[in-house]
Amino acid sequence: MKARYSIWSLLRNALSYHENWPAAWRSPEPKQEYDAVIVGGGGHGLATAYYMAKEHGMTNIAVLERGWLGGGNTGRNTTIVRSNYMWDESAALYEHSLKLWETMSKELNFNVMFSQRGVLNLAHTQNELRVTKRRINSNRLNNIDSVWLEPEEVKKWVPAIDLLGNGRYPVLGGSLQFRGGVARHDAVAWGYARAADALGVDIIQQCPVEGFDIEDGQVTGVRTAKGTIKTKRVGVVVAGHAGVLADMAGFKLPINSRPLSALVSEPMKPCFHTTVMAGQVHAYCSQSDKGELVIGAGADPYNSYSQWGSNPVTEDTVAAICELYPIFRRVRMLRQWGGVVDIAPDASPIMGASPVRGMYLNVGWGTGGFKCTPGSGNVFADTMANDRPSPIAAPFRLDRFQTGGVIDEHAAAGVAH
Amino acid sequence: MLLIPCPYCGERSENEFGYGGEAHKVRPENPEELSDEAWNDYVFLQKNTKGTYYERWVHSSGCRRWFNVARDTLTNEVLAVYRMGEQPPEVEQRTYI
Repeated sequence: MKARYSIWSLLRNALSYHENWPAAWRSPEPKQEYDAVIVGGGGHGLATAYYMAKEHGMTNIAVLERGWLGGGNTGRNTTIVRSNYMWDESAALYEHSLKLWETMSKELNFNVMFSQRGVLNLAHTQNELRVTKRRINSNRLNNIDSVWLEPEEVKKWVPAIDLLGNGRYPVLGGSLQFRGGVARHDAVAWGYARAADALGVDIIQQCPVEGFDIEDGQVTGVRTAKGTIKTKRVGVVVAGHAGVLADMAGFKLPINSRPLSALVSEPMKPCFHTTVMAGQVHAYCSQSDKGELVIGAGADPYNSYSQWGSNPVTEDTVAAICELYPIFRRVRMLRQWGGVVDIAPDASPIMGASPVRGMYLNVGWGTGGFKCTPGSGNVFADTMANDRPSPIAAPFRLDRFQTGGVIDEHAAAGVAH
Repeated sequence: MLLIPCPYCGERSENEFGYGGEAHKVRPENPEELSDEAWNDYVFLQKNTKGTYYERWVHSSGCRRWFNVARDTLTNEVLAVYRMGEQPPEVEQRTYI
């Protein structure tokens, strides 16, 4: 059992200049065989492993990560957490996740800096206004907090905003979810990794998957850079590479991979207390605890695995930020990057069985997977451990595109694809 | 910023173009007899290659004509451009993990 993090351990380690903190997780060599292997050591994969070990007693499992923990989209997103989705299926999933966020720091004994500072979704067009109001009603029927703000109420909530958007991006109102907010993305990966490791899960980094062994339609092993690992149960929990792994396993997915851009500014004193999303003009904004503005942009309009994102997309976002928040016009940007997101046709994730027996998918989280890190891990662990769709995950099955049971969340997803 | 060589207008910046996704996907014959599985395959499933990818583009703010591009989706290098109805030219088949 690991030493607990607390004010006392902090004081004790301060005495030795913080040079003697124990490693938060082991770095073992992979065993020959596991009961289950999770491909992908991001937030979702680590959460899956944690809940499989904790709630389903499966501790002989491994998480394989091609790079380092949380180095993919977990470390590249704009950390927004909310649950104001339109349809009942999504509401159940994202609200389940939001409830887990509220207790996560305590449960993992790791401060994930979850800050429920509110998420405001702006409406810039009549169409967006109608869709947003309809979504608020849908949220409230599902017991999810969501209120409509008239433009003057938006101004009161976000004093920095120019309601006319300099005449170019007029604000017609917005929906506010008070329980939404942001979290520290790295800490989420590290917290789940530490907790999963403590339960016996092997976390193996620098271990890209190169193929799968499949016999008579049943997965029997995973070929990796560190040798072949035998297993009868594989969970594919990746972002940006769902198509590549599906190709290795010999099937196609209804997914397009595209870079989603983001940028951060130089640090400033606190001046922006909430999170604002503007889906129509692709400008998301919050201020991190370090003082940087964290700005989310749109997705590239074409398939690509380049992790930088295209210039016209960033330019559009910066234009919208400057028009909506005149006080930020002279702020300098420090970094710009892209994360490759796997977008499904209905902007909802794909969770459950794949065409290969023993191989489960938890992919296609598109532009908004971070918010569902705990929820996705929780219901996917249930799905994998018990070999049947968890009730919350069931509607997100792969064959919904064939049966017509799509869950269209393009409006709630925010980023237009 | 991609510079895309439109076969009719020459090299232009990417925001003059619209994207049409995977190329050489043929609309099935006899749609009324098609199974749900085959429809799913045609409408939703697609190649999502990391490497050499054949795709359709349209020069929306230019000649407004459709054409095909072979592009490396990791480096964004355009490997070849060819007209609709033409067979894809020989290009390096790159794949990445």
